[in-house]
Amino acid sequence: MIHVFAYWFKRYRRTWRGTIVIAVANPLLFLVGVGAGLGRLVDHHAPAQMAGVSYAAFLAPGLLAAAAMQTAFLESSWQVAQAAAPSGAYRSTVATPLRPEQVMAGHLLYVAFRVLTSSAAFVLVMAGFGLVSGVRAVAVLTAATLTGLAFAAPTAAWSVGVRGERQIDTAFRMLIMPLYMFSGTFFAVSQLPGPVRVLIEALPLAQGVALCRSLALGTAGAPGIAAHAAYLCALTVIGFALARAAYRRRLHA
Amino acid sequence: MSDPVVVRAADLTKVYPARGGVPELRAVDGIGFELRRRETFGFLGPNGAGKSTTMRMIAATSPRSGGTLRVLGMDPRTHGSAIRARLGVVPQDDALDRELTVRENLYIYGRYFGLKRDAIRKRSAELLDFAQLSEKSDNPVEALSGGMRRRLTIARSLINDPDMVLLDEPTTGLDPQARHVLWDRLYRLKEDGVTLLLTTHYMDEAEQLCDRLMIIDHGRIVAQGSPRELIAAHVTREVLEVRFALDVKEAAGVKLRSSELGGGGSDAGPRVELLPDRALVYADDGESALAAVHLMGPVPVTALVRRATLEDVFLKLTGRSLTD
Repeated sequence: MIHVFAYWFKRYRRTWRGTIVIAVANPLLFLVGVGAGLGRLVDHHAPAQMAGVSYAAFLAPGLLAAAAMQTAFLESSWQVAQAAAPSGAYRSTVATPLRPEQVMAGHLLYVAFRVLTSSAAFVLVMAGFGLVSGVRAVAVLTAATLTGLAFAAPTAAWSVGVRGERQIDTAFRMLIMPLYMFSGTFFAVSQLPGPVRVLIEALPLAQGVALCRSLALGTAGAPGIAAHAAYLCALTVIGFALARAAYRRRLHA
Repeated sequence: MSDPVVVRAADLTKVYPARGGVPELRAVDGIGFELRRRETFGFLGPNGAGKSTTMRMIAATSPRSGGTLRVLGMDPRTHGSAIRARLGVVPQDDALDRELTVRENLYIYGRYFGLKRDAIRKRSAELLDFAQLSEKSDNPVEALSGGMRRRLTIARSLINDPDMVLLDEPTTGLDPQARHVLWDRLYRLKEDGVTLLLTTHYMDEAEQLCDRLMIIDHGRIVAQGSPRELIAAHVTREVLEVRFALDVKEAAGVKLRSSELGGGGSDAGPRVELLPDRALVYADDGESALAAVHLMGPVPVTALVRRATLEDVFLKLTGRSLTD
């Protein structure tokens, strides 16, 4: 498994500079543009909606969770589908003693590494703005990585069977983007009317956003943290089990 | 290991179940064969005959649907990893990483076999020398020609010093020069005593490289034996190829088939094979057959007497050309 990780890491060494730039620029632009720009307006008109903190402080952990989801999806969709194609990287790997589930686990380990490092860059930017520090920063980073994994495992399970990249494009536009926009990343879910609120709170990204935000702002109680974390862990475990079966089906057909 | 048989298959079957409008497919339909240590064995057959599926079952990357299969004395169902650890596989479409260098490709692959860093480094140098790629070792694979990539894939398959190497259509898509270079490398492996199993739809390749072959069609074995045995058993010593003018082609073909040369159009298989562009007349004496054709008329535009080859066996047994 570690050798599969090493393979993806070796490839990553060719592109890492670009990914670091994106990982830093993304939160920087969002926090300056939306956090400081729009935030000034929000803070002036509706401070009560934002749990009593500045809009930037409210927004940043939500964005972090959403960015973790996005990175996880992008890293475990295209690459997985391409690797599983007839001339893809998995094809040579399955001829070796490695089993399909090891190929899967090694790849997901790499995705976890990508989510962890890009989230770490994000958290550093947050710290630079004075939005998080110390133990809370570590807790938020862990929560963001867990959020990423909760998306990476099911995405890999699906992508390994995908033949044609248009489906991935569609999934990104129809699933990931709406989740990004409507999971309480940019607004407080609590202000929504009852049924809509319940529906949105049940979405996986809303769980990640709530977890990251409550940890960053220090508003979380132990039961809340446990519930969100359990939800995300369950999604990861189920996704992992599905991926195991899907990899075996596709690679040992 | 003392057992001289490295692969033993009996009633081997692979069925792909029906899925989403695609009907059930019996890709391999009850085949049996034995592959011996140090021999070069070929699977021959048209596209879709079941060659690659059989290869994948032997390579322990595709579970069989029925029958028995032992590879290096082990069952792929239960000992897949252990079998794969001792095989070398050259897939049809290389599956190299084009962004990584030649050396990096070997390194990554060696690691998958659990080999140590230094062992891989040493082995890679030997293999790149063997594959005539030493000068390219730090180039990205992207920059290699098709023939070089195939040689690299063969080098990669040898990284674990395998007991047997499986090659799926090793020279498909290569130009004639690259094919000859590749054949030369495969000969060397053969001389070194490596057991080779290859699929091909090139008859000349099969005839030159293989000690024994098996012709498969529709997932079943049509014939097996050495190239010489197959030729002796299924076709005559010589073949007369004749080509008629377009306007008389059909009539001449019918006439030829019903003549004495065609065995009166009956008995054990045709002795005249009509191809889209020419007619083949199987005869032990090609020249006298040609004389007979001339007497019978119409006179062919071109005529050629040659020794019978595997391709004639193939045409006779599968009744169709290889390119369909």
